[in-house]
Amino acid sequence: MPEVERRAGYLLLEDGRRFDGFVCGADSAALGEVVFNTSMTGYQESVSDPSYAGQLITFTYPLIGNYGVSQAAMESDRVHARGVIMREAKNAESAATAEMGWVDWLRDCGVAAIEGVDTRALVRHLRDRGAMRGGIFDHETAEGEAADRVSGEPGMAGADFAREVTPSEPVELPGAGPHVVALDTGIKQSILKEFRKRDCRLTLLPCSSSVAEVLSTDPDLVFLANGPGDPSALEYVTGTVRDLIGRKPVVGICLGHQLLCRAVGLETFKLPFGHRGANHPVKDLETGRIEITSQNHGFAVAGPGGEERFEQDDPVVWSTDFGDAELTHLNLYDRTVEGLRLRDASAMAVQYHPEAGPGPHDARHLFDRFLEMAS
Amino acid sequence: MPRRDDIEKILLIGSGPIVIGQAAEFDYSGAQACKVLREEGYEVVLVNSNPATIMTDPELSDRTYLEPLLPGPLEQIIERERPDALLPTLGGQTALNLAKSLHDEGVLQRHGVELIGADYDAIHRAEDREAFRETMDAAGLRMPWSKIITSVGEAEAGLAEGEIKLPAIIRPAFTLGGQGGGVAYSETELAQIVSEGLAASPITQVLVEESVIGWGEYELEVMRDCNDNVVIICSIENIDPMGVHTGDSVTVAPAQTLPDPVYQDLRDQAIKVIRAVGVETGGSNVQFAVNPDSGEIVVIEMNPRVSRSSALASKATGFPIAKIAAKLAVGYTLDEIPNDITRATPASFEPTIDYVVTKMPRFAFEKFPGADSTLTTHMKSVGEVMAIGRTFRESYAKAMRSRELDSPADTDCTDDELVDRLAIPSAERFDLLDEAFSRGIDDSRIHAATMIDPWFLAEIKEEALSGGAPDADDDLALAFKSVDTCAAEFEAETPYYYSALERPAGRGSDRAVEEEVRRGSRASVVILGAGPNRIGQGIEFDYCCVHAAQTVHESGRDAVMINCNPETVSTDYDTSDRLYFEPLTLDDALAVIEREKPEGVIVQFGGQTPLRLARGLEDAGVNLLGTPVDAIDLAEDRGRFGALLRRLDIAHPPYGTALSAEEAVAISEDVGFPLLVRPSYVLGGRAMEICYSPEALSSYLERNVKADQEHPLLLDRFLENAVEVDVDALCDGETCVVAGVMQHVEEAGIHSGDSACVLPPMSLGEEMLDRISETTESIALELGVIGLINIQFAVSNGDLYVIEANPRASRTVPFVSKAIGAPLAKIACRLMLGESLADQSLPAEPPGYVSVKEAVVPFNRFDGADALLGPEMRSTGEVMGVADDFPTAFGKAQAAAGAALPVDGTVFISVTDTDKPAATQLASRFHDLDFEILATPGTAQSIRAMGVPVREISKISQGSPNVVDCIRGGEVDLVINTPTGSGARADGYAIRSAAVRKGVPCVTTMTGASAAARAIFASRGGAPAVHALQDLHPVTEGPGDGTAMVSAEDSDA
Repeated sequence: MPEVERRAGYLLLEDGRRFDGFVCGADSAALGEVVFNTSMTGYQESVSDPSYAGQLITFTYPLIGNYGVSQAAMESDRVHARGVIMREAKNAESAATAEMGWVDWLRDCGVAAIEGVDTRALVRHLRDRGAMRGGIFDHETAEGEAADRVSGEPGMAGADFAREVTPSEPVELPGAGPHVVALDTGIKQSILKEFRKRDCRLTLLPCSSSVAEVLSTDPDLVFLANGPGDPSALEYVTGTVRDLIGRKPVVGICLGHQLLCRAVGLETFKLPFGHRGANHPVKDLETGRIEITSQNHGFAVAGPGGEERFEQDDPVVWSTDFGDAELTHLNLYDRTVEGLRLRDASAMAVQYHPEAGPGPHDARHLFDRFLEMAS
Repeated sequence: MPRRDDIEKILLIGSGPIVIGQAAEFDYSGAQACKVLREEGYEVVLVNSNPATIMTDPELSDRTYLEPLLPGPLEQIIERERPDALLPTLGGQTALNLAKSLHDEGVLQRHGVELIGADYDAIHRAEDREAFRETMDAAGLRMPWSKIITSVGEAEAGLAEGEIKLPAIIRPAFTLGGQGGGVAYSETELAQIVSEGLAASPITQVLVEESVIGWGEYELEVMRDCNDNVVIICSIENIDPMGVHTGDSVTVAPAQTLPDPVYQDLRDQAIKVIRAVGVETGGSNVQFAVNPDSGEIVVIEMNPRVSRSSALASKATGFPIAKIAAKLAVGYTLDEIPNDITRATPASFEPTIDYVVTKMPRFAFEKFPGADSTLTTHMKSVGEVMAIGRTFRESYAKAMRSRELDSPADTDCTDDELVDRLAIPSAERFDLLDEAFSRGIDDSRIHAATMIDPWFLAEIKEEALSGGAPDADDDLALAFKSVDTCAAEFEAETPYYYSALERPAGRGSDRAVEEEVRRGSRASVVILGAGPNRIGQGIEFDYCCVHAAQTVHESGRDAVMINCNPETVSTDYDTSDRLYFEPLTLDDALAVIEREKPEGVIVQFGGQTPLRLARGLEDAGVNLLGTPVDAIDLAEDRGRFGALLRRLDIAHPPYGTALSAEEAVAISEDVGFPLLVRPSYVLGGRAMEICYSPEALSSYLERNVKADQEHPLLLDRFLENAVEVDVDALCDGETCVVAGVMQHVEEAGIHSGDSACVLPPMSLGEEMLDRISETTESIALELGVIGLINIQFAVSNGDLYVIEANPRASRTVPFVSKAIGAPLAKIACRLMLGESLADQSLPAEPPGYVSVKEAVVPFNRFDGADALLGPEMRSTGEVMGVADDFPTAFGKAQAAAGAALPVDGTVFISVTDTDKPAATQLASRFHDLDFEILATPGTAQSIRAMGVPVREISKISQGSPNVVDCIRGGEVDLVINTPTGSGARADGYAIRSAAVRKGVPCVTTMTGASAAARAIFASRGGAPAVHALQDLHPVTEGPGDGTAMVSAEDSDA
């Protein structure tokens, strides 16, 4: 495999913790929120997922790049993660699907990366202290300067990254079936694929679109997409959603789930270190079945009394600004909210990623449930 | 759903003796199941014929039966115990096949026993080739094309009609580890392998299928609960592509080369497979082949039960598959069971790991000269190692050194020869790869020869070129990290560690690698394990190590285990207070010891592996508990030991030690022939032979061993026709107690590990037993033994000779423990921790029943190897038979070993000249038992002279029909054949091979034959009674307090 060039570098966290390694991607430094993902596959899908905008991803699996990169694995048109932190970067091109080596590709994409880091020690640090700001620097950058740059980087709380990833103009994708109109806060290709597999016509609107603009496209179903950042910074989208509920069926995934919940009056909160991986068990409280899910979120939805965790496997019902809402899905790791359905209006959303990409396909059937709601 | 309350008593079947394809992993899974089911409040009845298992420890079950795993004894046990349910999925293929027979014969239905875990139909859909294919077709999953074949003619016709294409794979139905299968490249090979496969299959059926040789091979470990929740525990990628049995392949977890969409596709298919087959609860293993170019996926097979791979997956991820499978079988769902390791999260998740696991097989071809050592779809390895590292290279290098090879692979060949050798999968393949890369042979040539994925080749190349050293500019340091099922996302509670080289974090004087070992303030004792199973060092030693860990823990200290064998109970994180999954080399052990700062280290229980490290550990200032290292050296050193025996006035056969071949010849004149020759410091009689003449000795020296200063050669006078006796004794340095005296059934000259033996001894008088006791005591005390000692004696013409003494745990410790009802390894461990023998409870009298141990030898695995017992050990496992008298116990042991003696029929007798007088008597006994006697002309003449009717049959050299034709034709029910010389030319070899292939019991010693005759006579009295250990030993060991006590509840007299 092509050699990985090794230049000493380090990762500096906002609490002063330093991890040495070798920088191996683009020449520039990178700043952002340092998070970790526990999936053992799907590195390219992850870095090209718009939800990672503003973040440096630590992969807990130690070998990253084993099967190279390919166009087919892109979740958007570019890399959104600001940097990548790895134990051992691989630049192999031997897999049949590989079009390029991973490290070469990161460099071409201008993405900073560091390898040789004791990522397990880093993850344990983040697990105990929470996700925090950090930066990838080469050894020539003085630590004092690096520390200043890290502390100068805005935090994730209150950050609106959706503006950076939303399309500037509407995008239309033809189809013979129901018309799904997405408020595109950074929609993943895998979501589009699931809708298109079901023959949907798709319109992706800038997330700042008004209710009138949404309604003017005559949607059968409004889709609230995944996306980056803090949902509380997106009040302009939440307002639109609030006006759409009851008028059109509304469904959402991840950030879209948080926006729907905020729209009906629930609050969101920042998880200590988020859920990022492909092995989280989610229980469907209606069927009692457990699905292994793909997850990528740093914020979660609280109950009406501010409850962050729910100890019983019961589909509790909350009264909201739009009538009764039912808890439909629960995370069995930390018992946080994973899904919600309105009883009095046609709306539902999930916190996890039924489209996978990367991750298990257990919940793909959820798109059928979404489309059953299409008017 | 909570636990089922409608069942109370559960029958669990073990996997029997350790054989190739079915090893210690089923002790691990069965022991877990016993513990879980009892914790859940069920009564557990266990049946397993293998005494060297933790699962057959009487504390683990309510009722423990060491009985043959055959429908007859099982029905007796079911009648007696009346279990509500049978859990057949944790005892390997043996338990599954037995459960199927019990169903087919209506036993389960008659006694109202429910199959739990997997029902009959699910077992059938997974195990029957045709049913499995139909099931996969219905689920829309592709399998390689295939054809069920029940005769050689059918296969030939299929080839002619184009239904079968070459190369093709042949897989017999219902066999372990693909036994009897293979790959056919030509029409001749097709006919031959199909014929063998039909013979190996209990239902005379093989599958001939599309060859996917060279495709990538993957396995997924799947679990399902009664709510239809399915999770994948682990993916495993075989570095050896399709064509090599997964048990013989080097494998890696998780899969390394699969992009996410392909992995998810495999995951989806695995889930479809378990649902379609209908395994309701528990674990299954699904194997796939993936075309590396097109990405096309085919399903190869599924095991509807816990398997070798699931043991590996459990150790690789920390997710205890067998334990969870047992809970699912009694009604729990995955989300109701907590993850042991995090405690905070449920078992309904998929483990994610942040390290790389490499498993490597361990072979024993050197034990079977003449056997074909090419790796095929028919498993041949006898053990395995696993290693954990943070990178592939790290784990690969650790696995390579964990194998503990006796000698490096022979790489003396040209580049072209090397590439040719690489193309044929072999035991040395990965050593040859190292050599090829070191020589700079082109990557593409190596890939073309091996078909190994280029990703792995690139990694192995880097490792080969680095010589095992990390990059020079690296400032890496060693630290211990945890196995936690979740890549550190949650706090782990379970102390299961591996070492890794990592870059320190932090700055200045705080710059350090994070250590995860959580060591409390309690003193600890490190127990060094036995490493990979191999012939001569098997599960018996793991059994002792587990007992040592239990004892250390009970003493109030932390038990710390170091081992690298993923099959075993010792590497279950529940067995010790801290488990270090590490290679057993001096450096690796010292790294652990440096952190543990233990009170002491125990090297007596793991066989040769830890003993080899003893001197180095002592030199490094480590405190070794128990018998001093010097005593071990003294016992191994012929000169010093001989002097000790002379000082004590104890007889031993004449011996000598040679440091060169010339010296060996010179010494042989003093020692006298016949003599036994072998290298020093070996276990299991490696390269050990009996030489009857100077010519034979010269031939041995040419063939075998380089004798030099470092590797002395031992020569002993061989005492012919002596009775061999094995003694296990305990000593605290001041007093010594003989725990068990075992008399070998075979005469001297058969390796003690391969010989059947009986406890108490059958033909030794009181006076001789006293002499044995006294001699044992004086040797043990003179050596300063603290712990166990095993001494082998020979009794010849009324004289007692010491053959050898080993001041450590021997392989007979589990057998003796179960035969006398006292845990020898535990007691020995207490002595090592400072207790005195007087405080221990040992039965004062020998037991009032007879226990027979029989060895199980894998001749049926090694085509071409002679099925003959000798001084070199070849058995992989053992069974035990218990009865009121010797013949019945012997018959049980034979049946348990898979060589059930016939009750009538035809016995073929062919013996060496010196055995002829005894053979005529034997023939007359078989005649009295209504057997027809068949013999070749020489033997027939002697027999007829005694007035016994005999049917004469031609020797092979006399043309057909001859004895081999008779055996193949199914006319012979028992073969008695003593050797007249080994090697392919002798008739005996052909006779024994034919018997092994046909599955006809074959006795190769006169004493064995005599025991067989007695056993057959005894069996005429009806089926022997079954016995539970709890009835035989009503006194059981009290938990935790280190003393024995009578437990009224447990005694059922």
